[in-house]
Amino acid sequence: MTILLTKNSVKEDVEMRNVYCQTLSELARENEQIVALDADLMSSMGMIPFLKEFPERTFNCGVQEANMMGVAAGLSATGKIPYAHTFGPFATRRCYDQVFLSGAYTKSNIRITGSDPGVTAAYNGGTHMPFEDIGIMRNIPEMTVLEPTDSVMLTDIIKQLAGLYGMFYVRLLRKNAIKIYEKGSTFKIGKAVKLKNGKDVTIIANGIMVAETLKAAHLLKEKGISVRLLDMFTLKPIDKETIITCAKETGAIVTAENHNIINGLGSAVAEILAENIPTPMERIGVKDLFGEVGSVDYLKERFELTANDIAKKVEKVLKRK
Amino acid sequence: MLSQKELNQLERFATEIRLETLKEIKNLGFGHIGGAMSIVETLAVLYGKVMKINPKEPKWKDRDWLVVSKGHAGPSVYTALALKGYFPIEELMTLNKPKTNLPSHCDRNKTIGIDMTTGSLGQGMSTAIGIALGNRLDRRNSYTYLILGDGECDEGQVWEGALFAHHHKLDHLITFVDTNKKQLDGYTKDINDLGDIAQKFASFGWHTQDVNGADVAKIYEAIEKAKEIKEQPSVIILDTIKGQGIKFVEETMANHHMIFSTAEHKAAEKCIIELENRLKEYQV
Repeated sequence: MTILLTKNSVKEDVEMRNVYCQTLSELARENEQIVALDADLMSSMGMIPFLKEFPERTFNCGVQEANMMGVAAGLSATGKIPYAHTFGPFATRRCYDQVFLSGAYTKSNIRITGSDPGVTAAYNGGTHMPFEDIGIMRNIPEMTVLEPTDSVMLTDIIKQLAGLYGMFYVRLLRKNAIKIYEKGSTFKIGKAVKLKNGKDVTIIANGIMVAETLKAAHLLKEKGISVRLLDMFTLKPIDKETIITCAKETGAIVTAENHNIINGLGSAVAEILAENIPTPMERIGVKDLFGEVGSVDYLKERFELTANDIAKKVEKVLKRK
Repeated sequence: MLSQKELNQLERFATEIRLETLKEIKNLGFGHIGGAMSIVETLAVLYGKVMKINPKEPKWKDRDWLVVSKGHAGPSVYTALALKGYFPIEELMTLNKPKTNLPSHCDRNKTIGIDMTTGSLGQGMSTAIGIALGNRLDRRNSYTYLILGDGECDEGQVWEGALFAHHHKLDHLITFVDTNKKQLDGYTKDINDLGDIAQKFASFGWHTQDVNGADVAKIYEAIEKAKEIKEQPSVIILDTIKGQGIKFVEETMANHHMIFSTAEHKAAEKCIIELENRLKEYQV
């Protein structure tokens, strides 16, 4: 793991989907076992260049999520390395039994990409807004669950996955991420990245909440609160060791996720704390609600996922120390 | 066309599968006997004549594959595998016992020779398609055989796959629908009437054949014909009886899964003797 943090966390020029397609195309040029599947969202995912370059190895299944996951499992049985994409809710809850049985239970080798996590589904609204996908995917034995933070991490993770065997769920922002890492950074699946080394509290975040937490850390610094920040991009297997160390060293934990607070990052961290080192903890996340339409900024406010919300939770948890 | 000798061999093999499967389920005292028996002749033709396999090398890359999507038929599939030498026949007595390699439903990670895990109905349709696509990408001439139940065709996934397999012109996917006319809760026509299954597949663009699922010669001819069809998936609708070939099971209405009573154990014993005698006739 080599981490090069950017000094300037601004919106990236490139969209995550284009980076995903480019990276997958590079891998497919080197490894002819790689195949891509989609359920009628190839254009939305920016995968048309892949389709044009590898028409034989691209399977657009149409609007058939269940069939797509089964076909991916069959392809895996013959030695192919399938990357299957659709929007997050349709890659998980829509075809849960196929992912669970045809995929995981058979010990297949599939990378499932579920795009538009949480509020980033924006104007597609409640029907398309997955606040539950991590929860249901982390409930599948042996499933690895990842949420790449920016394009640098995405590139590294997608490349790593090509060489691994198993079931992987990649929760993926399609559009522009906020830059966190500089090129040259490499990541270890299952190992959190320490973005700030504070002493009063540890905020454990992932996805779009990492950038939000950086803002919160600035707000808190003005109040004299020293924040430690972890990017927990691997939801499962979660980095137990680092959570315990940070709980021990800072004595308070706040989690921040763009997901239901039930059965997501907050729950996973709470499980570790409760069993190993009970520590005052607060959770930022969607409080058991359905999604709705709106801009990402509006939805962050609506579901209390902003830097201010995080800062308030930090102040709350500090009182419990 | 099968020669008389080949026909005798396949009929004998079917009888042997039926006999050993009955012993296997009787030993446990319960099981999915109805649907296991209705595909016995098809299994005999596939494993006895048609499929390109090597029991000594179960994962041989150039083999033909079989996905038994109606995974509850496991017991008769295991018997066919054991008789072909994938594992010792004695192992059939471990069916559903603790730490067995032979669970109720087919599991490719537990049983040598099982190509795909099945049990949640409809899913074998898609995995079989994926296998056929993978082999085609690798330019292998392997066939993928798929066995669906008729009740299973209630599942939407079957028809998702039917649409997709036709679109991709999967002529190396040969599907059977074991039409034994019953599902767990009763007759398919009473629960969710499937109507004309062949016509439904035909409307999805599949090549279809209706065949007597108790006639090994006819099943074989249908497979050979299906292999001649190019750029189109094939389905063979097998007309079968749930519990086929075991009189007391055929005559039981609720025979999807049976827990043998004392009387049924006795009936099974009688049946075993009859099947053993029939087997001896083939040997003569």
